[in-house]
Amino acid sequence: MIGVGEPGTKELLSLEELDAAVGLRTGRKHVLSILVENKPGVLTRIAGLFARRGFNIETLTVGPTEDGEKSRVTLTVDGALHPIDQVTKQLHKLINVIKIRDLEPAGTVTRELALFKVAAEGSARGELLEFCEIFRGRVVDVTKRAVVIEITGEQDKVEAFAQVVRPYGLIEMMRTGEIAMARGRGET
Amino acid sequence: MRAVDAVMECLKAEGVDVVFGLPGGANLPTYDAFYDAGIRHVLVRHEAGGGHAAEGYAKATGKVGVAFATSGPGATNVVTPIADAMMDSVPVVFFTGQVRTELLGTDGFQEADTIGITMPIVKHSYMIQHPLELPRVIHEAFYIARSGRPGPVLIDIPVDLSRADIPYEPVQQVDLPGYQPTVDGNQKQIRQAAKALAAARRPVIYAGGGVINANAAAELTEFATAGRFPVTCTLMGLGGFPASNPQWLGMLGMHGTRTANYAMDGADLICAVGARFDDRITGKLSEFAPHAKFIHIDVDPAEISKNVPAHIPIVGDAKRILAKLIVEYRALEADASRLDDWWTQIDAWREEYPLRYEDSADSEIKPQYLIQALHQATGGDAIVVSDVGQHQMWAAQYYGFERPRHWINSGGLGTMGFGLPAAMGAQVGCPDAVVCAVSGDGSIQMNIQELATCSQNGIPVKVFIMNNGYLGMVRQWQELFWDRRYSQVDMGEFPDFVKLADAYGATGFRFSDKNTLVDDMREAIATPGPVLVDVRVTREENTYPMIAPGAAARDMVG
Repeated sequence: MIGVGEPGTKELLSLEELDAAVGLRTGRKHVLSILVENKPGVLTRIAGLFARRGFNIETLTVGPTEDGEKSRVTLTVDGALHPIDQVTKQLHKLINVIKIRDLEPAGTVTRELALFKVAAEGSARGELLEFCEIFRGRVVDVTKRAVVIEITGEQDKVEAFAQVVRPYGLIEMMRTGEIAMARGRGET
Repeated sequence: MRAVDAVMECLKAEGVDVVFGLPGGANLPTYDAFYDAGIRHVLVRHEAGGGHAAEGYAKATGKVGVAFATSGPGATNVVTPIADAMMDSVPVVFFTGQVRTELLGTDGFQEADTIGITMPIVKHSYMIQHPLELPRVIHEAFYIARSGRPGPVLIDIPVDLSRADIPYEPVQQVDLPGYQPTVDGNQKQIRQAAKALAAARRPVIYAGGGVINANAAAELTEFATAGRFPVTCTLMGLGGFPASNPQWLGMLGMHGTRTANYAMDGADLICAVGARFDDRITGKLSEFAPHAKFIHIDVDPAEISKNVPAHIPIVGDAKRILAKLIVEYRALEADASRLDDWWTQIDAWREEYPLRYEDSADSEIKPQYLIQALHQATGGDAIVVSDVGQHQMWAAQYYGFERPRHWINSGGLGTMGFGLPAAMGAQVGCPDAVVCAVSGDGSIQMNIQELATCSQNGIPVKVFIMNNGYLGMVRQWQELFWDRRYSQVDMGEFPDFVKLADAYGATGFRFSDKNTLVDDMREAIATPGPVLVDVRVTREENTYPMIAPGAAARDMVG
């Protein structure tokens, strides 16, 4: 608490030098980790809020946490399209939202799981298995004409693998969307 | 104890003395409890009337309003009042009935997904899943409705759950981990704001409905007086600063005074208090207050920098923050004479651009004069409740509100049909006050049925219909922006409001002579019971001045 009218506090502000606080677009992807009460309709409220305010969700994952009464929603939003502080402030208004963290990329571990069904006949099969090895993926199903490969990693890695296998005939791809956890001892 | 009796106990514990509602199949158990609960229940004629009445009650008293409706159509009928309460931050708890749990999702009789329908327009909502939840949920609902930025909370109760028996224990406190409104305001930011204000040479205080909600009118007046700051209020903030005060600039925005809008346009520092930079205030956003820096005081952090970036944001309760700001500002001992030039400029605008209209040469009543006459007839002391349209803007411009909670209207949503039921609710909340509803011949017909409620319950609202036979505001826009192609705005001379008043058990009058209008209005106000007055006014009068939609404030017309 600062005392009122104490000496040395009477210098006035120069209005010209005041900067507006927020509202800018950051231009990068943001990963929001949202801790919510595990109550009916929470996901609908979040999704509805995004739809109503015209915010686009890029990816969204929901799952239980170590505490049975709370769930974790991880969603990614494009900071080039939306002012992130407005997105988080609106989310905070939802009564069931307990905590939101806009995770700093450097201090965050992110993972996504993806399944790729690729056409694999003849010599292609060997090459695909080699790529799978390089990307530390796993073959989870093999048939005469196709393989299903599981890749886990950051979004970039998943996207790189998709690039590599696409020419072989990418029949199907499924992705979970990112989950994210703060590095170190502290809570996300 | 029956769950519904526990509901009654919870209402009493929250200090509820009156509710507005209408029973139906899905809330029959609740109504059985009302039979001898000792809580006053006003039986409305349409659930929308009940919802708006609860809003009027809340706005006039500052307490939480309560409305009850049954499932399905009962619930969909309160959708408009819920949306209205959300837009204008009105604390109301809505109780809706729901079909029994085994029928949920089967398109049962009178089933509607009330939670889903209302999700975007509530502050929060609850679907009861177990009767044991009821007491906790009700207290949470009242707490959420009235705290922080107030708003509507809905509780949907399946009928079978309301029939259950539960052990009732009074709830002492609520625990909402995700809901902790900031009220105190950051002291450093408050000091920054004081310093910026002391440095400003062309400051303006721009106050909104948040000042009314926070009961901060006295603090606002003291703050403005201490700093010799010019003050303007939004439509929702009227009464937050006395209109008779020499520092009052009038309302700002689309139909605000030129002085207020020009002052915003020329300001170097704008201190927004409980206002949200709505498009009706800013006009063309890119040209809004081009020279100004902004202090933004608001209890809702999401409003800060939503439309206009704030240079000094302060989140919290307006009353507390203004009280601290006064102390900080006084300690700076700023030289009040630095504002001399600014006041000279403002006085010149006032001189050149007062609110004005051309009075009739004969006995015809100009709508603006109707409001001035109402001011005279009531001594400026009535609670004025407005509907939506031209009459609303004229009432806002010409009544001259001195005190908070004496101007009640639907601002954000602009709900025609709000006026009569809201006036009814205000009168129930303030039985000793003179409550006058100002309406239009369009708006009044959207909830006219509540006149029966007023008659039956002896609720003595005085309704003045500004009758020009048109949907006047739409006609004005068609005149100004659509080449006078008057499409579907002529209401004719229907109905006969005097006969209608009689049929509803109220007293009807028709006034058309401006020379006797003040005395005629006095007579109407002195008449016991509800009164419906058909005042014939100039048919094609426009609400001026006006910032055309999408235009800048400095380009006002009229």
